[in-house]
Amino acid sequence: MRAEPELRSQSLAVLEGKAPLQKVFAVNENARRDGVDPGMTKLQIEACTGLVLRARSLPQETAAHAALLDCAQSFSPRVEAAGCDTIVVDLAGLQPLFGPLPKIARALARRASDLGLEVSVAVAGNPDTAALAARGFSGVTVIPEGKEAEQLGSLPVAVLFENSDQESGQLLETFSRWGIRKLRDLAALPDVALSERLGQAGIHLQALARGATSRTLVPVEPPLIFEEMIELDYPLVLLEPLAFLLARLLDQLCARLAARALATQELRLSLELENGWQTEEAGTGDSTCPGRAHARFFQRTLRLPVPLLDSRTFLKLLQLDLKAYPPGAPIVKIQLAAEPVRPRAAQNGLFLPPSPEPEKLELTLARIAGIVGEDKVGSLELLDTHRPEGFRMQRFVPSEPISPRKRPSPDDLVTALRIFRPPVGVVMTMQDGKPTHITCPKNKEMQGEILWAAGPWRSSGDWWEQEGWARDEWDIAVQGETGIALYRLVRDRLDGRWILEGSYD
Amino acid sequence: MSSLPSGSTAALSRPVVVAASVWPTLVSKRLSVMPALAGVTPASRLEVRPTPQMVSSGVREIDTLTGGLPCGCLTEVCGPASSGRTSVLLAALAAATQRQEVCALVDISDAFNPHSAAAAGVNFERLLWVRCGMRSQKSGSPQRHPSALLRAGSDTEKNENARRQIEKPVEQALRVTDLLLQSGGFGLVIIDLGDTPSKMARRIPLTSWFRFQRAVEHTATVLFVIGPVPCAQTCASLLLKVSGKKLSAVSSQLSAKEPSEKTSPTHAQLLYGLQVQGELLRSRLDRKPARSVTTAFATKVRAG
Repeated sequence: MRAEPELRSQSLAVLEGKAPLQKVFAVNENARRDGVDPGMTKLQIEACTGLVLRARSLPQETAAHAALLDCAQSFSPRVEAAGCDTIVVDLAGLQPLFGPLPKIARALARRASDLGLEVSVAVAGNPDTAALAARGFSGVTVIPEGKEAEQLGSLPVAVLFENSDQESGQLLETFSRWGIRKLRDLAALPDVALSERLGQAGIHLQALARGATSRTLVPVEPPLIFEEMIELDYPLVLLEPLAFLLARLLDQLCARLAARALATQELRLSLELENGWQTEEAGTGDSTCPGRAHARFFQRTLRLPVPLLDSRTFLKLLQLDLKAYPPGAPIVKIQLAAEPVRPRAAQNGLFLPPSPEPEKLELTLARIAGIVGEDKVGSLELLDTHRPEGFRMQRFVPSEPISPRKRPSPDDLVTALRIFRPPVGVVMTMQDGKPTHITCPKNKEMQGEILWAAGPWRSSGDWWEQEGWARDEWDIAVQGETGIALYRLVRDRLDGRWILEGSYD
Repeated sequence: MSSLPSGSTAALSRPVVVAASVWPTLVSKRLSVMPALAGVTPASRLEVRPTPQMVSSGVREIDTLTGGLPCGCLTEVCGPASSGRTSVLLAALAAATQRQEVCALVDISDAFNPHSAAAAGVNFERLLWVRCGMRSQKSGSPQRHPSALLRAGSDTEKNENARRQIEKPVEQALRVTDLLLQSGGFGLVIIDLGDTPSKMARRIPLTSWFRFQRAVEHTATVLFVIGPVPCAQTCASLLLKVSGKKLSAVSSQLSAKEPSEKTSPTHAQLLYGLQVQGELLRSRLDRKPARSVTTAFATKVRAG
């Protein structure tokens, strides 16, 4: 139901088991009203019209339980996992912070709803009474101190047995034979007589029914793992429906992260593909081999320069990434994980120049990369070499404002060189070792008599490697149509070619 | 004399002619009648027009000539090859990164030289460089997945992907600039049309420039364009034309030589820099029409 919120208003039954022997594992309130109960076979419920059937998914249950723990952890650090669908939160000392107990209970229910969970919340003086009330009453229930037995009295005895094992079944049968249907009846039985017939187990059950148990809470420290998964009934072949499902997963992940006051800097998307071959290591999008069967898993990792918590931004980034690197096969399973980090505590100075918002900047960079190419956008880093084009592109992350560096004064204006990429090949006419005329087959504006020349300036490097280079550089002035143009002329000493490397401007 | 349509129904049917001296009084009266506009002063009555904030261009002479570069406006520098446009661009870039602003350079012909920029004092950590041109093979594309079944949605998107492969650098640059300006937060956005043929630069639709100008209006962003010819037309608040005055060269033997000097050997010659002349062609920042004023400055070649 968390994965498909639109089913909340419908009758839903979750099936467990292999195909011919499927049984109902759980039902929602609407299905219960239609007469569907856990334990019924698929054949029995097929007659029900309007009943939606879904297969049980353990990973989704784990994710829902983790979400429940995240919800509770956002209120109190003392949380006990009392069962796969029940948690107990210690509310002691929270009233000055969050208000009275009913208000806290309502806030808990609201936050759980934000996380896609439909929960019943009960507040009581001891953990067991609260757990029983939460199982028995829907919505928010607050049991005042001393009225536990009175409030729990109307609940059926079955709420005492969370698991339907053999021992529980025998006890329920015994109570049924005694005519005990409600907890009120069990609480009214004499202690000694009950002890003689059922032993300590009976006494414990009676104490639970009276709401008179006392025990210490066993808090858990849930690991910070934020993963969501959807198993698809039918393979997906288009990006639009995939984006729709990704949006749902991202909303859930972001809500869980927000509940724990965390953000993320890394998103890992793992797609299981149909009819793929299994590899020892999960393949990435880059490892797809055309003409060969595709890998079974397709993984993409989205690394962000700053911690973010905006599902819409994440969705756009994932969409742009998948558009650039499509999985290449229909998808049968989607798994999305977020690496939790502390959120960015950013407060820009009042007198600092404005800078782009990280969320917007990431989206803009991803969109620009989609237009010009991923390796054509970013900031640059100069390499420690004299080789021409001695720089590399890197991811653009604006640095924090620092104290101004020393730079040449406005009087020292630098003559800029514009680089021709790729360089322009030319034919030179030499006289007494001087270039006198330049001919450029591709660009007639770059040819003519050379008015002035300076050089050659010889340089070489990396001769100890295969990518060695050696060149003679000239600065030349050529009379063009619009005036004198200054070029940097280069003769590659390894292959003897003449090229125009750039123009001074 | 001027004609003014009055607010009354009768007056709307025929133009009312009023004397020019009466006009401001009439407007003031009209505004005072409307309670919502009681405090509004007509732009023509303002003593001083709101001037945009000016920032340094990095060239003292240009700052003296124009007062700097106006924020929230489009500034255009045009000139032929080897006229000093790129040197002015680098100076503006260095000044902006020095002010800790985040800058973006949309490089249409992929001509940016990092070594020149480093010599000019540009802080690369605050510069986003977008190199337009053909998409490289390294980046992802549907062509890399011939057996791909998961396609990018509809045929329209596939066509769009195909179009992007053959998209011209100028079109790429316009789309990239749009994205950068919409993103906001940049102190200086530069479009380098330096090596774009004049014919192609003139073909950029005026609507694009108008859109850019509207995008930066009321922001702290300076939109700076260099090109061979003026192409932003009326959208440019400041239009500066640069031209190479003369080539300056020194030799180790002679203190200064003209370009025509051919007596000394070439290895004894050294390019020293450019003599640049700047002319203010248009400024929409002043009340008075722009005068044709000029300035001159020189650039120096630095090892790098």
